[in-house]
Amino acid sequence: MQNFRSTQNYVASAELIGAVNIAMALEKPLLIKGEPGTGKTMLAQAVADALDRRLIIWNIKSTTKAQDGLYVYDVVQRLYDSQFGGKAVDNIEQYIKLGKLGEAFSAEDPVILLIDEIDKADLEFPNDLLWELDKMEFYIPETGRTVKAKQRPVVIITSNAEKELPGAFLRRCIFYYIEFPDQQQMEQILKVHFDKLEDKLLQQSMEAFYYLRSMDGIEKKPSTSELVDWVRALQLSGIAPSRIRKEIPFAGVLLKKDKDIETMKRRMR
Amino acid sequence: MFIGFFYLLKLRGFGVSLTEWVSLLEGLLFGLHQSSLTGFYNLCRAVLVKSEADYDKFDRIFLEYFKDVPYEEELPEELLSWLDKPQEVLDAFRAFLQEAGYEQKDIEEILRMFEERLKEQTEEHNGGSYWIGTGGFSNFGHSGHSPQGIRVGGVSRYRRAFQVAGERRFRDFRSDNVLDTRQFQMAFRLLRQYSDQLPDQEPEFDVEGTIRATADNGGLLKVRYKKPRTNTVKLLMLMDSGGSMEYYSRLCSQLFQAAEGSNHFKELHIYYFHNCVYGNLYTDPRLSWSGRVPTEWVFKNFGPEYKLILVGDALMDMYELKGSGYGYYYDKNDKSGWQQLKRLRRQFEHSVWLNPESPPVKGGYWGQSYYHIAEIFPMYPLSLDGLRDAMHALLVQK
Repeated sequence: MQNFRSTQNYVASAELIGAVNIAMALEKPLLIKGEPGTGKTMLAQAVADALDRRLIIWNIKSTTKAQDGLYVYDVVQRLYDSQFGGKAVDNIEQYIKLGKLGEAFSAEDPVILLIDEIDKADLEFPNDLLWELDKMEFYIPETGRTVKAKQRPVVIITSNAEKELPGAFLRRCIFYYIEFPDQQQMEQILKVHFDKLEDKLLQQSMEAFYYLRSMDGIEKKPSTSELVDWVRALQLSGIAPSRIRKEIPFAGVLLKKDKDIETMKRRMR
Repeated sequence: MFIGFFYLLKLRGFGVSLTEWVSLLEGLLFGLHQSSLTGFYNLCRAVLVKSEADYDKFDRIFLEYFKDVPYEEELPEELLSWLDKPQEVLDAFRAFLQEAGYEQKDIEEILRMFEERLKEQTEEHNGGSYWIGTGGFSNFGHSGHSPQGIRVGGVSRYRRAFQVAGERRFRDFRSDNVLDTRQFQMAFRLLRQYSDQLPDQEPEFDVEGTIRATADNGGLLKVRYKKPRTNTVKLLMLMDSGGSMEYYSRLCSQLFQAAEGSNHFKELHIYYFHNCVYGNLYTDPRLSWSGRVPTEWVFKNFGPEYKLILVGDALMDMYELKGSGYGYYYDKNDKSGWQQLKRLRRQFEHSVWLNPESPPVKGGYWGQSYYHIAEIFPMYPLSLDGLRDAMHALLVQK
């Protein structure tokens, strides 16, 4: 059995790596929660890279139904073919299109399946997938076929806690909450993103960043991706590092809400 | 063995299901705890805890249970040697299931599945890398040792279980903490009763159904309609404003925003009062005279199908509660606040009281009104947990 270690461009805490390995060994889905920008989605990519497996991503939207992940029966195409195509339409199988879950089950090699932002969907959505994720199979009544996982995929699920997930679903998952990286971790993350980074710039921008995050009244706290963009902007502009903490230039890169920028200006006066 | 931990979790109100407990035992048998207390702690937490809001609670119970374990990284000797003998683990597990009141044949079934999984695992990993005490390499990403170069962030790998648990880093996530609008909104979403059986609903065109029916019909159009599913919950909220509630104004405005923002209610009406419900209610929190609405009007216009939420600290002088004729400003009042509250309770079968204030000392002078009101309305703290419990209570048909 392979194990997830970590990859060159993803920084994970030892606990997180532990959680991934626990989930893989116990063959249970891994549920990841955390603030936006803590790299929940990136984790799946990193796991796939580390284990050298294919990553299948199922992005959940508010309209996504559990059925969409299994298969879709294209009745219209079949009707079209029967009337104009001249093709034999007796074989219903050719009109069954597998969804992401179906794709992961029928893959020859073990894959990583990422169910991204599961909380976007209806409250019933996770419950509708209980059987499929437990047994790693589903049944297609139209053709009488059972799609069963050839190789049990590693399932990683992310949630932004927009909705409460049902208890029955949670009981089957391994859970891990990614904390927002502390300053030390963040420095490592930045070093992954930048080849060269002046010490003074790094230190000043980190100070300003965590100062902003701790500021009362900021509604949308800046996250890692914003910090990376900001540091890049600072680097390109060639602003003297000593001014960064004092003035916080290009604050618009960090703060996306006008209200937050105003709050910041008021506080900094 | 450490089944006591299971019972302590239960005792402290930390629900652990059998599924989760089985997973934990599995994990231990697979050696996922890495023979270290920290590994054991991480395994327990990953398997048993399902929300960051519970991390803190878990940490506290973990500390409580394992406090007698010497402050070392090693797992207690007895636990280790016990885990080395799977048969003993299974026996203990069987005893545990029996004690938990499971039927004999269910127990056999559970154990059979368990053993199967165990066998599967050992066969798969006959390299021994998964078993403790075999000297195999660790499966966990040991920082620095792996050829791919794990980047382990921070100092966490040096931290021991007790330090991690002892820090209680997740204190802020406890759900008995008071939380923000978004989380309030999540709680409000629990308040849903969907129905497609409402008489006043216009049926809508069912695209999926029509396509399917038409195709099945050989291409001849077959139109399908369906009734939309909508939330049937109608909500009436009465909020205390001013006076001793000033202190909670921010919290109340968050609750207000959350309720307003939850546009899934069929109807939502919010009125304000001061101290207690008297002859008038007000449409704005400043209780301006021009925005007053007679309480009688509210009684007449909102029927028992509404769910009622009252928000207030329920703290007042007793004459403010029971004195007849008492009211806010020029409120003419032939009934006391106490009587009005009782009427509300009678009319609205589904009603709760949310209280931002923690219960006062019983028997004290200032706290009297609290306990009087708690006799009429089920009282919940205005925290995430409290709000959730209140929402559940509002849904249950008594």
